[in-house]
Amino acid sequence: MTAEDLTSLTIREARELLDSKNISSVELTESHLQRIDRIEHNVQSFTSIIADQSLAQAADADKMIERGEQSSLTGIPMQLKDNICTAGITTTCSSKMLEGFVPPYDSYVSERLKQYGAVLLGKGNLDEFAMGSSTENSYLHVTKNPWDLERVPGGSSGGPAAAVSASECLFSLGSDTGGSIRQPASFCGVVGMKPTYGLVSRFGLIAFASSLDQIGPITKNVYDNALVLSSIAGFDNRDSTSINSMIPNYVEHMNGDISGMKVGIPAEYFSDAIDPMVQDSVKESIEVLKELGADVESVSLPHTPYALAVYYIIAPSEASANLSRYDGVKYGYSDKSASDMIEALEATRADGFGEEVKRRIMLGTYALSSGYYDAYYLKAQKVRTLIRHEFNEAFKKFDVLAMPTAPTTAFKIGDKMDDPIQMYLNDVFTIPANIAGIPGISVPTRHVAGMPVGFQFMAGALQEQKLFNAAYAFEQATQWHTYRPSL
Amino acid sequence: MKLNDERLSADEVRQIAALARISMNDEEVEIMRGQMVNILNNIDVLNNVDTAGVEPTGHSVDVRSVMREDEPTESLRRDDVLLNAPSSEDSFIRVRSVLD
Repeated sequence: MTAEDLTSLTIREARELLDSKNISSVELTESHLQRIDRIEHNVQSFTSIIADQSLAQAADADKMIERGEQSSLTGIPMQLKDNICTAGITTTCSSKMLEGFVPPYDSYVSERLKQYGAVLLGKGNLDEFAMGSSTENSYLHVTKNPWDLERVPGGSSGGPAAAVSASECLFSLGSDTGGSIRQPASFCGVVGMKPTYGLVSRFGLIAFASSLDQIGPITKNVYDNALVLSSIAGFDNRDSTSINSMIPNYVEHMNGDISGMKVGIPAEYFSDAIDPMVQDSVKESIEVLKELGADVESVSLPHTPYALAVYYIIAPSEASANLSRYDGVKYGYSDKSASDMIEALEATRADGFGEEVKRRIMLGTYALSSGYYDAYYLKAQKVRTLIRHEFNEAFKKFDVLAMPTAPTTAFKIGDKMDDPIQMYLNDVFTIPANIAGIPGISVPTRHVAGMPVGFQFMAGALQEQKLFNAAYAFEQATQWHTYRPSL
Repeated sequence: MKLNDERLSADEVRQIAALARISMNDEEVEIMRGQMVNILNNIDVLNNVDTAGVEPTGHSVDVRSVMREDEPTESLRRDDVLLNAPSSEDSFIRVRSVLD
């Protein structure tokens, strides 16, 4: 096997080769570093690459395997989105505000992956502070879509989705506040999963909107995704919203059989907002579920159109509070020109934050300010209740819901940067899951004009197993997850 | 698109910017005002939803106060923390004077 062949492996395949000692983690890691060397200047999915440390971790992983102490991710090269704190390794949030910030501690997920001997190659690019849908808001550089370098990879986990799509790593972890895992997965033709709120600890995930943020895996296929989630889910007493429940081994219970599974198709996700060609691709995907014996029926979720507005009150409000910590005193960028404390604080934040981040802080500050609180924030929280109830009702009848992930395929770099509203509409089909706290997954389906399309499933809270079963059955019946861009 | 000055004036934007501790010049205030009005106009659709008698949702899971035993544990190493401070002196973070 040549070095380049090793980057075409899935986690499952690599695991077999590692365990049978046909390859070593050092070889596997070297092959990925070589590929990064060859294509990263085109894709630009990383904010930093830590080659020497990766190879040292790989050597340690090989020793673990030698001793028979491996688990499913031991020796597997991966990336973490750069808003996930890694002790001793720069974590920038792709912001000038945190350029050069070196966390003194590990996030929960980073700690877990270290324990298991997964190999960190580097950090993944994002829209600054995870605010955006194209990764164009990164202060560092714009990540390109591996399928067409003139197009965006989606966002905000554009780096992680592009890196997995371009076979620069075997998996990456993203964060999803309004679609930031699923929408880029859709644009890049990979599998992206947002777990139930509270399933994966947010300890060490740099906060954007705390009631919506959730970490999840981006992988080449559904099997790998289930494998990674099984490894990072679990209770953590350092996250007050962490759920203490049994985490099943999702892979063990995945068999591709969905005959009789009740699948709801919410009519509101097939509105005029969606590109007709994307709609056709998704409708074909629904036919595949029928052929597999699923019991498919349409359903109405009438509050769906309000989710976007709810999100653009709740997320900026929480962000305005979370981002008040960046004061240029304890860490991060600091303006040195002003002599007065307040002036320095205002200059630090004016200079350190990009346009989109400032826009959201301003909106949130406004929505939370006295006199407007009831009209905006409280109103949004009440509509949030209605959206949750509507999903709860639907999941009394259906095992999963199926719909498009995004209204379009990846758009050209620069196309939507001048109009925030157009950019926000990218997440119209993913936001409802965050509002309700339920899990969602995007799997690749039939391409449109050479670009990937995402097919999305949602399930009730903690019903990840149903989500994986449906997505796995679809994947087994199609070949789209095996398509990789040529780079 | 015509902006509704009643909805959000330049002075209000300046006031919000002051609350958010972000300095802005007049040109930036005007751009921000236009974008905020546009977004707020889109958010108005929520007025079509009847929420009488509906309880607000803060979190989608039950959030309870989580307590731990009051036992000393290891905290962050001082040098690691100071490494990130924009300005430090000896074992302290250096800040601008707050009193004249």
